[in-house]
Amino acid sequence: MMNTEKSASVSGTDIAALEIQGISLAFRKRRQQLPVLNDISLTVPAGKFVSIIGPSGCGKSTLFHVIGGLLEPDQGVVRMGGREVTGQRGLISYVPQKPALFPWRNTLDNVLLAREISGDANEAARAEAREWLVRAGLGGFEKSYPHMLSGGMQQRASFLRGLLAPQEVICLDEPFSSLDELTRSDMQRWLLDLWETSRRSVLLITHSVEEALLLSDTIYLFSGRPASVLHRADVPFARPRRESVIEEPGFLELKREISARMKEEQSKKPI
Amino acid sequence: MKLRRLWNSIWPPLVAVILLLAVWQAATSIFQIEKWILPSPSDIVREATGGAAGLWKHTMATLRLMLVGFAIGTGTGLLVAFSLHYIPSLKSSLYPLIILSQNIPTIALAPLLMIWFGFGILPKIIVITLVCFFPVAVAAMDGLTRTDRVMLDYMRMAGASKGQIFRKLEVPHALPSILSGVKIAATYSVMGAVIAEWIGADKGIGYYMMLQKSSFRTDKIFVAITIIVTISLAMFALIALLEKWLVRYKPLKDDK
Ligand SMILES: Nc1ncnc2c1ncn2[C@@H]1O[C@H](COP(=O)(O)OP(=O)(O)OP(=O)(O)O)[C@@H](O)[C@H]1O
Ligand SMILES: [Mg+2]
Repeated sequence: MMNTEKSASVSGTDIAALEIQGISLAFRKRRQQLPVLNDISLTVPAGKFVSIIGPSGCGKSTLFHVIGGLLEPDQGVVRMGGREVTGQRGLISYVPQKPALFPWRNTLDNVLLAREISGDANEAARAEAREWLVRAGLGGFEKSYPHMLSGGMQQRASFLRGLLAPQEVICLDEPFSSLDELTRSDMQRWLLDLWETSRRSVLLITHSVEEALLLSDTIYLFSGRPASVLHRADVPFARPRRESVIEEPGFLELKREISARMKEEQSKKPI
Repeated sequence: MKLRRLWNSIWPPLVAVILLLAVWQAATSIFQIEKWILPSPSDIVREATGGAAGLWKHTMATLRLMLVGFAIGTGTGLLVAFSLHYIPSLKSSLYPLIILSQNIPTIALAPLLMIWFGFGILPKIIVITLVCFFPVAVAAMDGLTRTDRVMLDYMRMAGASKGQIFRKLEVPHALPSILSGVKIAATYSVMGAVIAEWIGADKGIGYYMMLQKSSFRTDKIFVAITIIVTISLAMFALIALLEKWLVRYKPLKDDK
């Protein structure tokens, strides 16, 4: 039922939207070296939802910074659509861990920021953004500034900013971690619905096994720092997926299995 | 609602000022203080209404000088802050000097500037420019270096150019800080203008004060002081209004 190969097998048929291969990186502080990423390879096929689970502080955000071109890896390459793009910026749509909306922009202008940067924030884009705001339950808040929105609303606005960006691949860095339990499951359902209709290529970082299983097609399990890929698991549940899937026996079994692996990894962590 | 709140914050200091004026008025008549030592408020009002025509010309001269100096000083301050922010090597060499030079009382340079540039408008504008330059430059540079890290990472990953990061993130982020520097510069500019006129001028409120000092017309000096305070308050209020309009959103600091 579950595919637990040691390394990612690159499917030969279609070109991956995002593929990273053998990425290693160490931060240097004075004389000391802090290895953070250790030979990481993973693939996000076009139109698929891929998640990364890993212990806190293992280097997940750092990996996103490498993918986004903020950091140059010591080794390895990033490819998009088959083309090598290591160190290039502006090729992914990024949703940071904190909403990081610009406080001096109203919701509509915040959501359009990525479009503005790429230079196509025209009337059509504005109309599209308004439509999405309504669909995200933010209708009537277009002219509101971020501090007037609740945490969940800010998070949704941050999502929309990523969604409306022109780039094909979306990278979500623990988008739900700052929310309470109820808002969190609301947002998961919302993201699931949204993704089922738009089918973008998504790479998601999360701490929650359930969240990863609910949303993803493939899950990568990372080791503690320096991060390496421990396991790759394909999630077999059919699409379009409904939230009720979390009560199925197969789901629970998978959840238990992955949680056990995570616990084992976390127990190795020196304290 | 809003008016009521405004009124509630205005009346206590207003009452205090009125009380102070009343005590002043009473004291001058009870203790029979000579008019050339301390004129009573009513003497000052009488003098102000009587000599208003002559003062108007001086007030306009000071206002013009102050506004020109303020504009040039603020503009230079912003320009220097922006360029230093973009040229790190320039910043690391000049920024400490700028901070250090804040300890020089700029006003002390005024006599020197008069010697170098004569008694025209130029040395006075230089004095005001210097006085306005530092608070604006320091506040702007400080604001620019405090740019939010996550927002900056977002802009970079989204492929924003340096110009876009500057326009869409750094400047708006630094705006509250810049405006607080401009507010300080605005009040400094009034002081700078008056002192520059003390040292050498043939018109302006500062010149008028010097003239009255030599004939012991304390009442006229008080009128001049009142005008200076009024200009100063007006400048402050103007910038505060501008701030209120530009920073319509809640500033970051208030989040905590
Ligand atoms: N710019 C940097 N310079 C030096 N060390 C860094 C830098 N950025 C991150 N690190 C270190 O790299 C490690 C991994 O950080 P990273 O933020 O990638 O972890 P993470 O997996 O995203 O953690 P979390 O789940 O808590 O968000 C941490 O130990 C951190 O201290
Ligand atoms: Mg992180």
